Amino acid sequence: MGLTRRAVGAGALDTGLALRRRDENDLVIALAGNPNVGKSTVFNALTGMHQHTGNWPGKTVATAQGYHNDGEGGLLLVDIPGTYSLLAHSAEEEVARNFICFGEPDAVAVVCDAACLVRNLNLVLQVLEITPRVVVCVNLLDEAKRRGIRVDLVALSHALGVPVIGTVARKKKSLSALPRALRAVVERTRKPLCVQYGTVLETAIARVCDAFSGKELRRLPPRWLALRLLEADPRLLAEIEAYVGAELLADPALVQALDASRTALAAAGLAGDALRDHIVCAINEKAAELGALAVRAESPDRGMERADRWLTGRRSAYPFMLLLLALVFWLTVVGANYPSQWLSYAFNMLGARLDVWFSALGMPAFLHGILLDGIYRVLAAVVSVMLPPMAIFFPLFTFLEDVGYLPRIAYNLDRPFCRCHACGKQALTMCMGFGCNAAGVVGCRIIDSPRERLLAILTNAFVPCNGRFPTLIVVLTLFFVGVGTGLVSSLLAALLLLAVILLGVVATFGATRLLAATVLRGAPSSFTLELPPYRRPQVGKILVRSVFDRTLFVLGRAAAVAAPAGAIIWLLANTAVGGESLLLHVSGALDPIGRFLGLDGVILLGFVLGFPANEIVLPIILMTYAAGGTLPVLGGTAEIGSVLLANGWTPLTAVCFILFSLMHWPCSTTVLTVHRETRSLRWTVLAVFLPTLLGVLSCACVACVARLFF
Amino acid sequence: MNEIWNLSDIEIGEPCRVRGLSASGAMRRRLLDIGLVQGAEVVCVGRSPGGDPRAYRICGAVIAIRAQDARDVRVERGVRWV
Repeated sequence: MGLTRRAVGAGALDTGLALRRRDENDLVIALAGNPNVGKSTVFNALTGMHQHTGNWPGKTVATAQGYHNDGEGGLLLVDIPGTYSLLAHSAEEEVARNFICFGEPDAVAVVCDAACLVRNLNLVLQVLEITPRVVVCVNLLDEAKRRGIRVDLVALSHALGVPVIGTVARKKKSLSALPRALRAVVERTRKPLCVQYGTVLETAIARVCDAFSGKELRRLPPRWLALRLLEADPRLLAEIEAYVGAELLADPALVQALDASRTALAAAGLAGDALRDHIVCAINEKAAELGALAVRAESPDRGMERADRWLTGRRSAYPFMLLLLALVFWLTVVGANYPSQWLSYAFNMLGARLDVWFSALGMPAFLHGILLDGIYRVLAAVVSVMLPPMAIFFPLFTFLEDVGYLPRIAYNLDRPFCRCHACGKQALTMCMGFGCNAAGVVGCRIIDSPRERLLAILTNAFVPCNGRFPTLIVVLTLFFVGVGTGLVSSLLAALLLLAVILLGVVATFGATRLLAATVLRGAPSSFTLELPPYRRPQVGKILVRSVFDRTLFVLGRAAAVAAPAGAIIWLLANTAVGGESLLLHVSGALDPIGRFLGLDGVILLGFVLGFPANEIVLPIILMTYAAGGTLPVLGGTAEIGSVLLANGWTPLTAVCFILFSLMHWPCSTTVLTVHRETRSLRWTVLAVFLPTLLGVLSCACVACVARLFF
Repeated sequence: MNEIWNLSDIEIGEPCRVRGLSASGAMRRRLLDIGLVQGAEVVCVGRSPGGDPRAYRICGAVIAIRAQDARDVRVERGVRWV
């Protein structure tokens, strides 16, 4: 899960799972596995799609499907969220279980991590109880080898009774055996290994199975169904009945068999939790037995623990986090400076050329104005101000993700989040919010507790997304650092940006605590988080993925919104009512409110019109000032500065602008996403009002205090 | 027979063996899922800067667990294994 087209685009709306077969002979393959075993990498390698991958658990929060043709026919691969077991408890695990049980895939490929095969085999054994058409894909063989672990694939395949193939998902070639093996299990099914649960439970299972005879169970195997009925999970029972299309417990014979079995089990001490433990332990023991058979481990690798001693150490963890963040910002500030200037220079040249052409063509003044002064100028500003910082920040961020540092951030910050009665995984969604708040909100699905998930969703907009970064950088540089290219000024800019981000993080904690004390009261629930091994990042892939999947996509979305906004502003500026342009009327009407907040009417108008995308706020403000007749040409940072100064910006305006940019209504995409995720108008409204209220309050306070003292 | 403790009492670097869970419901299943079953070997490999949660190596994977949840895992100390 991350910032991809799928996560933030219109297509992100869940439409249920409609399988898109191209041909009726296409095989539907479910791609299952524990979290963080390279499932999405396998999916990408086979389908050529750019499903987001990163080295942290829980990225796939919704099912994705892709197509692979191996020459013999088509495979429709469905990437489902990673789960440790199919006895689901979180929303994403339920998605995985429901697809394997009720989605009727032709076969299931279970991707396993060779380095901790035993735990992965748990899931394999559970899937085998549902369908015999399984291929086990032991992935990350190279990494396991580095850690001194060898897996005997032949012995494992023999013991499991299903094909086992070894893969290194980053090397596409190693995956070529997978489609063939999948086709083979669909054509000819062997009887796979079946976990035995001891005499008492086996007798009970047999009795319930007898009661099923003659019933339509569709694809559900009686043995699996009997176990689940004996466990009596009401939610799963409802799903099963919806799938089978009949009320199973309406049959007196079945109810009687279940009652008799439960009595017998209770007599043997196997009721409730004890029964579940018994089942899980039997599966675990079988997995351990298989592990002893097929896995040879030499000395365990201690490199990760050494690194973690620094990265999560008592004294070093927080300083390192800040240093890393500062470094990322510094690289962004320094790197973005020059391309920004080149771009604005180029856009000005092209603008002048277009001006000449349009005049030569004899274009009507109206069209000339709206195209060039309206649409073109705002687009140019969006691209030249936004593109460079994004193109630098996104790859850096993806790099941290790929290496595996993000789960460590969640680990380090769990304590403070726990104090706020929230979940440490909120740190992960917060980090995703740096990329895009809408993606961050979707990412909140990795949090199990509904209350904690809501906390994370409602407070996600407090961290500035990538649409707000460049704006913050420009305003910070202009008013608090001064335009310069020296090392000192760029470092200062990075540190100030860091301070602003930390303010956003503090606001996140504050708002979370506030919500947890008022509308979302409750004790913090449990927290378990896997800390995956550090992996060598794939630099080439990071660059390609972050530029094409993220940067260009987000920029495209901003540009799509910027063009109509430019046209609207031009129309407003050039439609006069009562001797004054509409733009002056509107910004004049907003002016008192703006002044109260330490801003002005034009800035407020910029935020209002920037609702569809935060990227366009500053360009709109500049346009509006320019349309007011003050300055005709937009340029690099220095020119932006002179436009702002000429229109009465002071350091106070800049501070309030930064505060308001940090805390105001989330962009429209985020608001829609919040509504989709919470399915509640009430929470959506709160998600809009909470940051707005805090922003208005803090701006008003700052403006008031400043007026008192200066 | 070694004494029975809670997983939250275990020192960093100390190996132990799971003897049972006192959690119930969803948390119990979550703990079983990550491999904390009867007889499983666990080492505490580190703690977060706040002291809580701590990281445990279970079944070859490192998993962070809060003290509040680790208190529900009963373990046997003084285990010797690689």
